[in-house]
Formats: sequence, C-alpha cells, structure tokens
Amino acid sequence: MTSTLRWKALFILATVLLCLFGLVGFGKKPDGKFELRFPTSFRALRTHVRERINLGLDLRGGMHLILQVQVNEAVRTRTDEVAQRLATVLREQTIPYTEVRPVEIDRIQISGISVDKTEAFRNFIRENYAPAYELSSVPGDSTAYFLTLVPTEAEGIRRDALRSSIDTIRQRIDALGVVEPTIQEHGRGEFEILVQLPGVDDPARVKNIIQSTAMLAIKLVHDGPFASEQAALAGRGGILPPDSVLLRSVERGREGWHVVTRSSVVSGRDLRSARAEVNPESPGNYEVSFFLSREGASRFGPFTEENIGKPLAIVLDNKIFSVAVIESRIDDSGRITGQFSLQAASDLALVLRSGALPASLRYLEERTVGPSLGADSIRQGFTASLAGLIVVILTMLFYYRGAGINATVALVLNLIILLAVMAYFGATLTLPGIAGVALTIGMAVDSNVLVFERIREELRTGKGVLSAVETGFDRAFVTIIDTHATTIISAVFLFLFGTGTVRGFAVTLTIGLLANLFTAIFVSRFIFESVLSRQARPTRLSIG
Amino acid sequence: MIELFRDANYDFLGKKWYCIGASLLLIVVGLGSLVAKGGPRYGIDFRGGTLVYVKFAQAAHLDQLRASLGQHGLGSSSIQRYGPEENNELIIGLEQRGSEEEALDTGRLAILEALRATFATPADKLDLNQVGLDTLRERLLAADPIGLAARPTEAIARYRQIAEILTRVRDTQRGGLFRSFDEVRALPEVPPAVVNFLERNAFLSPFVVRNVEIVGPRVGQQLRLQALAATAYALAGMLFYIAWRFRQWIYGSAAVIAVFHDVAITLGFLSLFDYEIGLNVVAALLTLVGYSVNDTIVIFDRIRENVRLLRREPFVQLVNRSINQTLSRTILTSGLTFISVLALFLFGGEVLRGFAFTLVVGFIVGSYSTLFIASPIVVGWIERKQAGTRRTGATARGEKQPVEVAENSKASAGIAGRKGR
Repeated sequence: MTSTLRWKALFILATVLLCLFGLVGFGKKPDGKFELRFPTSFRALRTHVRERINLGLDLRGGMHLILQVQVNEAVRTRTDEVAQRLATVLREQTIPYTEVRPVEIDRIQISGISVDKTEAFRNFIRENYAPAYELSSVPGDSTAYFLTLVPTEAEGIRRDALRSSIDTIRQRIDALGVVEPTIQEHGRGEFEILVQLPGVDDPARVKNIIQSTAMLAIKLVHDGPFASEQAALAGRGGILPPDSVLLRSVERGREGWHVVTRSSVVSGRDLRSARAEVNPESPGNYEVSFFLSREGASRFGPFTEENIGKPLAIVLDNKIFSVAVIESRIDDSGRITGQFSLQAASDLALVLRSGALPASLRYLEERTVGPSLGADSIRQGFTASLAGLIVVILTMLFYYRGAGINATVALVLNLIILLAVMAYFGATLTLPGIAGVALTIGMAVDSNVLVFERIREELRTGKGVLSAVETGFDRAFVTIIDTHATTIISAVFLFLFGTGTVRGFAVTLTIGLLANLFTAIFVSRFIFESVLSRQARPTRLSIG
Repeated sequence: MIELFRDANYDFLGKKWYCIGASLLLIVVGLGSLVAKGGPRYGIDFRGGTLVYVKFAQAAHLDQLRASLGQHGLGSSSIQRYGPEENNELIIGLEQRGSEEEALDTGRLAILEALRATFATPADKLDLNQVGLDTLRERLLAADPIGLAARPTEAIARYRQIAEILTRVRDTQRGGLFRSFDEVRALPEVPPAVVNFLERNAFLSPFVVRNVEIVGPRVGQQLRLQALAATAYALAGMLFYIAWRFRQWIYGSAAVIAVFHDVAITLGFLSLFDYEIGLNVVAALLTLVGYSVNDTIVIFDRIRENVRLLRREPFVQLVNRSINQTLSRTILTSGLTFISVLALFLFGGEVLRGFAFTLVVGFIVGSYSTLFIASPIVVGWIERKQAGTRRTGATARGEKQPVEVAENSKASAGIAGRKGR
C-alpha cells in the first residue's frame, strides 16, 4: 500500500469512527441533555441511536400550533390605562375637563379644556407624555384635543406583547412538564408564535391552558345580580355610573349580571402564587387560593378595611367567578371558588402563576398527530427504505459483482454519515425526511453506476485496469457534480420556503447527497485502488 | 459480464415525432382532466379547513355517520375512506367557513360530538382508547386498584409502568384501539386487579382520532405563496445553473422545456387519479424537477464530450451515439431510483401516498423526456442553425465546423480545467 493510500485509509477510518461515535457514544440524561456514555449492551446501543435521532412531530405524535397574538389589544389596554390615569392627574393638576375617553385603539380624546387653561394643559402634556404621545387639536372644536400614540411606540408595545406572550406560554408549557417543546416567533412580523409539543396527548386541555389570558382582577360590586344586561341598565335609567362596567357571573346557582368598578384593586400582576385546594364547603370540588405580592397586599389590606360589608367580585378573563361580602380586613390572600375538578383547579392555578397574557391569542393552524399514527408512519417509512435498499444492493451485486460490494460499502457508509450528521446537528427526522433517505439511496447509486459504466467503457477500448479506473472516475466526476448540484438547488429552495415536515425532506436529501460526494467518489475510488494495489501488476477487476 | 446493452445502437431521434405526439396526447389528457374537474385538487395545506382522521374498530356505517353529522349541523362535511378498506379509517373534512378564525376548532369539536353521539359513548367514564399516558397514570394512582397506598414511591413507579405499557401496546401494536378488555387482560404485565378496575370504570370507544389538521385561511394563503415561491426560485436556479454550465442557452432551454413537460404530465396524472396537491406533493414536484434536469445533464455532458472527440460526425448521429453510450446507465439508475420510490409508494403508508405517486410518475416521465424531448430539441435547433450556416455559404472548405461546436469545445475545455484541480 502506498503512503497516499495509507493516508486515505486513515482519513476514511477517522470519518467512520467519528460518525459511529456521534451515533452511539452519547446517552440521554433525564433532563433531555446528552452526556458522553458508551453503550455497554446491544440494547443500550439501540437506545442510544434512537435517542440521538430527533424525531419530528409527525413521527412521535404531538401538537403543532400556530397562534397569533392579538397585539392591538395590548395597545388598546395601554390607551385605556393612560386615559384613566390622565383623568385622575388632570384633576390633581386642577385642569378642568368635561371628558377623557379613548376614541381609537391608539388615541384619546380630551374635551372641554377651557381656553385659559390651554397653555397649562399643553405644557403638562409635553412634560409628561412626549415623545411617546403627540397632541393635536380636534378639527372644529377648539377646546378638544387628541392625544395619539406615535406609531413607533405602538409598534414597541406590539413587540413587547409578542415577547411576553412567548415567555408566558413557555412558563405554562414548562409547568405542564412537556419535554422538548418548541416555542418561538413564526413568520415575518405578523406576531405569530409557533408552538410544537411532542408527545402531548390531551390537546384540548393544552390549548385551553395556552389560550387562557388569565387576567385576574378583584373589583368592588356596585349592584347586582340582575337577570340580564337590560335589567341591570333599567335599574340605572339606561346608563351605567361612570367608572363602572357590567360583567356576567358564572358562579353556579348565582348566574347573573353585576355592575362592578372599572378599575381593579389588584390585578394578576400582584399575584405571588396560586394553588389548587380542596373546597371545604363542597367536598369533591376544588378551589384555587392565591397569595398577593407585598405591593398588592399593601393596597388590598387598607382597601378591604375601608370597604367592610361591601361585596367584592373575583373576576377572571372578564367573567365573575365569585362574589363575597368583605367581613374583615384581608391582606394577602384570596380564593377563587367554583365547581372545579382537581384538574381544572390545577390548570387555573398554573395559568395564574405564569401570569396574564398581554393580549388574547388566536389559533391559525393546528395539527395533532396521535401516537398510533406516528408509530405506523415510522414502521412504514422504515419498511419502504429497507425494501428499496435491499433491492438496490442486490441489483448492484448481481450486475457489477465485485464492484457491487464496493458500491454497497459506499452506500452503507453514506447512510451512516447521513444519520451521524443529523445527530450532530440535532436535525429533525420527519416522515418526508424518511422519504428523503429512501430517495438518497436511489440517487446515491446513480453516482456509482455512472462511474462503473464509464470504467467498463474504458476497459472495452482496451485500456489497462489502473488507467480505466482513473479515467472512469475523472470523466464521471463532472457529471456527478452536475447531478448533485441540480438536486441540491431544489432542496435548498424547498428548505427556505417549505414549512414543517417538508423541511425535514430537504434536510435529509441535502445531507445524503453531500455525503454521497464523499462516499461515491472518494471512498469508492479508494476501495478500487487499494484492491488493485494488492496485485503486483493489476490486470483483473471484478466489475461484472 | 452482464450488460444490459452491448454496443447499443438504437435510433432514438428517428422516432421523435411519435414521441412528441405521445407526450402531447398525455398533456392534453391531463389538461382535460384538470379542466373537467375544475382545476387541481388542493390539499388542506393550501385550501384551509378541518380534517379529522378517525379509525374505527369495525367497519363504520357511513349513512349513520352522515346522518349524525347532519344532525350536528355538519351537513356540508365530507367523508372519505383513508387507506385500504380493512383499516376502517375515514377522514371527516370540513371546508373553511368564511374568514373568522376565532372558532378555528369548533368544527373539530362538533365532529367529535357527532361521533360520540353516534356511538353513544358514556360521558362519565374514562375512555381507554382516547386517554393519554399522564391522565391514565393519575387515574390509576388515585384509584389504587392493586392496593399500594402504604408504599407511595412504589405505587407511583408501578402505575406509571402499567400506564406506559397500556398506551404503548395500544398505540404501536393495536393501531390505537383496543377492541375488547380481553386484549387488555392478555397483557402479562397488567395485573388482573387493574384490568378489573378498568373494566368497571373505563370503556373502550369504538373509534380513535388519529390525526387532526386544522388550517386557517391565512395560513393556507401563506403556504400557497411559499410553495409558488419555492417552485419559481428552484426553476430559476436550475436554469441559471445549466446556462452557466453549458454556456449555450439551447441546452438550458431544452432541459427546462423537458422539465415543464414532466411537471405538466405529472400534474395531469395527479388530477386523473384524484390525488390532492399539498405541501408533500409540491416537495415531490421539486424533487422531480431536480431529477429530470439531472438526468438530462448526464446525456448533455456526453454530447459535449463527443462534440469534442468526433468532430466529423453529423450532429444527429452524434447525439444518437451519446444516448446509446449512456443507455445502460440511464436504464440502470432510472430503474434503481424508480425502485426506491416504488417501495415508498407500496410500503410507505397513506401519508406518503401522494408524495410517492408524484415521484413514481415523475421519474418515469423524467427519464423518458430526456431521451425523447430534450435531445430532439437540441438536435432540431442545431441542425437548423447548421443548415442556415451552410445555405449562406459563409464557410470555406477548411472551416466546416459550425459555430456552436466551436463554442462547445471551449466550454468543455473550461470544465477540463476544473476537473484538473
């Protein structure tokens, strides 16, 4: 063996070892991370290989969701808050007005500013609201003004809403104990979130937990309950008192409408923790008790002391869960009672703990693959690939004899490299990805056939074995590059524009074809050369 | 030595008109099918809507199911068999209604409601065929049928193990459905106490939801645009690559015409055999584009090589010779790649059926078009050009090579340079 051949042999050996090491040399720890661990039994070896290959949702079962954050709700909430605060501070600043109200999601109208206070009003706004807000006068009314959120600021609020939605969803999913979830921004700036949850088997429950905005509020009840909205309004002469809203109660046996304060004493932001507990009054049912942060408690304590004897409403997502009369000062805890099952109560405590979503979520796409379908897909995909592989190998052995062994070695090595690269990069194997493997098998032997046919042609013209092999590889090289390039061009665009499982196809096909450049040209040529180098004067080559 | 073709010398180009005729016929038939069926059938990825894949324990009574769906306000839903008949699998589909997205999964919920009503499943019992691992484990742990309450750690481990076995056997060996509690009892790892508990407190619904796909209209539109973009860019990339490699636009054009021919015929076949066009099929079509060009390039490479070697041979004969020289390779690799995709078609399961069908048809057409469409185009063009050159009489005796061939050898020389590296 010449020294060049020896170096090639070393290089190939190193590659093979590196690939095998990547596939079997790591075991999964309970937390999902890999650690260096050598398999000690055949069983452990199989487990290692299986764990190293990251299966897509379509193969292992699970949920794929695309949600859109209704970010304009966050802008509207901000505008509402600012309007409320503005009304209060204008009063404190003794700038009289007749009305402060939000008119659009990003615009507040302030009416009835008297002419002599115009200057003070303008200065106050400039000092406290610029540059996030712009003041303009309402056309045709010299005492009214618009306070408008500038677009860059609104965009900032939207981005924040998206970011904190992603954080909140992640907390909730983590609390559910889903292993290896994917939660990330999706698409191009449409405030979409991609959520992938492998192995989740109760999709309805998970969707509820994700979607619950969990906006908790404790409000004072002015009046109620009424049988209907109309009844509530009728008692008030058709209009609600200022700073109050009408909310529906979902309390069992006490359904109805209540007039409650618009502002809340405490909100979900003031929560320290929440947990599910047995409801002492109705055994078998559960309730959720929550605890307020120090800041929340410092407001809640004095407030309850002042309002002893008045009813208080616990509101979640704009629905009243319970109404109770304040009997004594309450500092830092409360309960949400209702006919909750253990799971419902735990889920509610979970979403309360993870905090409120800044805006509601809409589902744009959902794909749920049951575990039994995934298992079928793996089996079928594997069978198909194996059937293709066996037929291809048998044909090559039958048609090319000795050279067929060469092609088989190259093909098997190709598959090992393909799997190892996927393991090293953590690429995901999907069902179309398995199809990509099957296709790689077919396309990989194309390179071998091109080379072998070329060598045969050269042999037929009477060339010596060594030079036939050399010319065969050289001539076929350009064509092999061309054929690979065209397929990889397709695959790259498929990867760039494709979504979900189709990307897995582009990935396996591309890796497989790149690996093939190495195996079908470099390795296969090395095998020929090292076989021929054993003959003192090479005259024979088994190529069919 | 086994050889498919020894000194093959078939006159491929002589039959070009028959082949062009056959291709036109196939394209027209496909187009006819597309027109008759009102355009291609888009899959849920592009169309939007709701699909619920349900597997039944016994053959489902379609009429009963349809009536039940109708009663639940789902009269417009479609029911379609999925896979071979003995699998008892159905797809229940709902079109996207309007553009409201808030109620994206109301369709699914209504379908499930209708199914439950059809089979009168008890609402208060645990459904062993739908329950997930976690819920099953918790229920077993809470009920504690074996009586392990005194040893809580052992109880947790034991019931987890039992729940895992039950769900794994159900999902991987029973296709997602236990038909009777006898099947559960037959599992040696599940103690009789647990089976008895399940028999009393759980039931086996005669159907299981295997897969749900809900695509909102916005996503559908987005996916359509992305698929179009991917196809357009891939075709453009291919054209640029061939133009760059062959330095002569007729080769690139011939290859691209052949690709369009292949895609047109494949689309026609998809329509004829009622396959839906979804993301997977688009992926297959792009693969076919790559494969078809790849196949064409092999022969074009040989033509260019021969142009350099056999300067005196008439172009038609030269092309025919090139095709014959590469014939063994063409047949062998087309055959082997074809076998791989045929295996996918036969054994790859229902999810990959459309994908595999596209490739099966596409690879046949792709190999055929290289021989009988791309090559004749190049020959026709260059012969006309040569004839034109001869007619204008611009050539002196010693300079009888047409312009194209000279350019060709230059291009090949460039490649030879690359090869040397």
